Amino acid sequence: MNHKDRIGLYIHIPFCVRKCDYCDFLSFPAHADVQLSYMDALCKQIDATDDDRSVASVYIGGGTPSVVAPEQIERILCKLNKRFCIEKDAEITIEVNPGTVTGAHFDCYKRAGINRLSIGLQSAWDDELKLLGRIHDYQTFLQTFHAAREHGFDNINIDLMTALPDQTAEKLQHSLSAITALFPEHISAYSLILEEDTPFYERYAKERAGLPDEETERKLYYLTRDFLQENGFKHYEISNFARPGYESRHNSACWRRQDYLGFGLGASSLNHGMRYHNCRDMETYLADPCKMEEMLVLSEKDCMEEFMFLGLRMLDGISVSDFSKTFSEPFDEVFGDAAKRLIDSGLLEREKDHLKLTDQGIDHGNYVFSCFLFP
Amino acid sequence: MDRSKIRNFCIIAHIDHGKSTLADRIIERTGLLTSREMQAQVLDNMDLERERGITIKSQAVRTVYRANDGEEYIFNLIDTPGHVDFNYEVSRSLAACDGAILVVDAAQGIEAQTLANVYLALDHDLDVFPVINKIDLPSAEPDRVAAEIEDVIGIEAEDAPRISAKNGIGIDEVLEQIVAKIPPPTGDEDAPLKALIFDSIYDSYKGVIVFLRIMDGRVSKGTTVRMMATGAVSEVVEVGTFGAGQFIPCEELSAGMVGYLTASIKNVRDTAVGDTVTDHTRPCAQALPGYKKVLSMVFCGVYPADGAKYPDLRDALEKLQLNDASLHYEPETSVALGFGFRCGFLGLLHLEVIQERLEREYNLDLVTTAPSVIYKVHKTDGTVMDLTNPTNLPDPSEIDYMEEPVVSAEIMVTTEFVGSIMELCQERRGRYISMEYMEETRALLKYDLPLNEIIYDFFDALKSRSRGYASFDYDMKGYERSELVKLDILINHEEVDALSFIVHADSAYERGRRMCEKLKEEIPRHLFEIPIQAAIGSKIIARETVKAMRKDVLAKCYGGDITRKKKLLEKQKEGKKRMRQIGNVEIPQKAFMSVLKLDES
Repeated sequence: MNHKDRIGLYIHIPFCVRKCDYCDFLSFPAHADVQLSYMDALCKQIDATDDDRSVASVYIGGGTPSVVAPEQIERILCKLNKRFCIEKDAEITIEVNPGTVTGAHFDCYKRAGINRLSIGLQSAWDDELKLLGRIHDYQTFLQTFHAAREHGFDNINIDLMTALPDQTAEKLQHSLSAITALFPEHISAYSLILEEDTPFYERYAKERAGLPDEETERKLYYLTRDFLQENGFKHYEISNFARPGYESRHNSACWRRQDYLGFGLGASSLNHGMRYHNCRDMETYLADPCKMEEMLVLSEKDCMEEFMFLGLRMLDGISVSDFSKTFSEPFDEVFGDAAKRLIDSGLLEREKDHLKLTDQGIDHGNYVFSCFLFP
Repeated sequence: MDRSKIRNFCIIAHIDHGKSTLADRIIERTGLLTSREMQAQVLDNMDLERERGITIKSQAVRTVYRANDGEEYIFNLIDTPGHVDFNYEVSRSLAACDGAILVVDAAQGIEAQTLANVYLALDHDLDVFPVINKIDLPSAEPDRVAAEIEDVIGIEAEDAPRISAKNGIGIDEVLEQIVAKIPPPTGDEDAPLKALIFDSIYDSYKGVIVFLRIMDGRVSKGTTVRMMATGAVSEVVEVGTFGAGQFIPCEELSAGMVGYLTASIKNVRDTAVGDTVTDHTRPCAQALPGYKKVLSMVFCGVYPADGAKYPDLRDALEKLQLNDASLHYEPETSVALGFGFRCGFLGLLHLEVIQERLEREYNLDLVTTAPSVIYKVHKTDGTVMDLTNPTNLPDPSEIDYMEEPVVSAEIMVTTEFVGSIMELCQERRGRYISMEYMEETRALLKYDLPLNEIIYDFFDALKSRSRGYASFDYDMKGYERSELVKLDILINHEEVDALSFIVHADSAYERGRRMCEKLKEEIPRHLFEIPIQAAIGSKIIARETVKAMRKDVLAKCYGGDITRKKKLLEKQKEGKKRMRQIGNVEIPQKAFMSVLKLDES
């Protein structure tokens, strides 16, 4: 089946127990009755959607989706199954946070068809977890992880953060060792980024006291990459590592510009050449869950740019022949010069049909991507 | 034409004292234009002039005034440029007049330019009467200012009209005094033609339009005229007078009149301001005094940001020069910037005006190098070379000594700031000449200053150190021997010729250090580290380093923030505009002007 005929589904659960100090996602704590009305609205939005393309992946993200009653998650997946043609072996992921899940959750998730978990650990150090404003400690995480395994989840991602305040190479090394010892299938490792309007921004943006400097940040990054590679993980995207065959299909499809439909508060979609998102205000969403905002109709040039700056995030790079097949002009005519310059400066390399970032290119990814924007 | 009913005059004032506004009121009250037709400032044709509030080119207008005595008078108001860069043009405009209105701000009183202009007017034997403007300001002190005019300038100010040009107060009195106090022109209509060119502009339909004051004789269509200094000869196609912003043809211009002529002249260089127009077949015996060739004082390299636009730049300069004989240019090449032009200007304001016009009117994206003055390089072989481009400085072994231009500067300042202004002049290698108290609270400082110390930002520094109270005027004095060196800038070990400049040996180290600091701020990070060095000859005197580009952090990118990611990338790319590739380093265009900003703290 042509990948253009397949789509991904994203379900947003904007609730959490407590908002973390660095988090700028659309999420907040809410009472059970609000949660319930929200799930109703979510179902309404799903019901109102009509798309006969086959669904290759479902991703339930947040917030912390595990804070809502697991039966509600089951209800949503039932709804999706009715409305869409979800492939038999589709990747169905839910994000969970340690301390918010019990065996009952996992039973329910299993029944609903969920086959992949993403656990927000962030660090194996309790002091770092506290600093981040997380509600769990490492011990709680271990319980959650083992419980998940016991319930038969054999595809688990662990989120890890680097470049934390006062994080040393030794501390990171310890987190990495602890996590790899558990043999998860997938690890997302990304740097702490100060986002405006978060307590962290207030705390660190001005003085950056305690935040690692440029050099340290690099050291931590290389350490993460090398350690995970040595332990059998493939560095397949800038901030993602997986055991062979366990690359996240939902996210990969997103970087390959496959269409996806977003359900829930503020969720984004790429749908037939348009990008838009659902409204971000809860009241409005509850009243009219089908209201779309900031509809952007992508021109062919926009699509070409996205093809590059999303595709190059994958370390296998982009396929030049795919580009030429997808668009009306061959790759070399559109981006030949830019690619050549970047190859000459050692940021990109060409391997047969593929154009991909070099190690140096990964370090300067944003610069490389910006070279593929049209003036 | 009854000469006794003609009044040829100009308005002189310090900048911002309200000259153009008064001109507008006069034109308005004399009824040539209805209020509706009036633009804010009729005399200032160019948008740029209006925006900057200064008059760049002389303009003239003829209006008709019915005076209280029942007679109709013809007023020829000749507007003069208000900036020291254009002193020569001012002097030629004054020579075309018989009298002048001196406008003084009722709050600020006499300023350096007021004095300079009054003395210039008195030198031309003009009858000057004062007008005290802005009496509606809360801080206005018309009595004090009137006394000051009498004390300092020595002209009677007791019955000076006290007006507000802005609000139209007291304008009638000004009009009556023009009739009473400005003398009618003299001259002999039957003598051979003798006319002064006080301006000329290029019009794509009519060719060059020459602005004239007829001193003797007459000129009409068909007269064969000769420009006495340039020698250009041509037949007059049209003569006429000036409406407000338009040309009104007439039969003949005769002695005492102000007007224009066209004679299918293609180039304003043939009609130099200050030249005398005479009848080719019946020439006058002697040209009018005071003509001089206008010399460029300040030079800089002007390059198209995009090398392919070189022909466009050349065309634009050609067109601008049609209208501005004081603009000089010749092609030059720079290793760093490619093909461009070395342009000569009357001063820094003139430079800025031309640069802005090139960018706005001709839509050119320019890189300009640091301005330079003309240095005289005395070589060991006995020859002297005029150096306008630092790059061309001969090897030190061939140089005997160098000279730099020096100006006599007059700075008027309230006494509380005398100390800080003297300090400024000292810093700029000024030589103290004298200080006179104009009155208790104000002093006139005289200094000799090297021109290269004032062409950059002296005026701004003066203003900031006197909270805007100091005013400044200067005259070229001559050349003086000086210890000068060429400071070179190396970026990534490559000398960037366009960044070299000449500086006094004593300040070379400091300038070099600050130049490196400034460039460090201007040059974005690259993939590699970039050393920036300042050198005199082979000796490195300062160094800074632009660190290698910051490496990206491990950021995640999920379906929800692709639009935002793209915006971030666009921002990153945005910073790359207006860059110039030198070797493998990209330098922003404005870095080439950094030398101008060395004194910003």
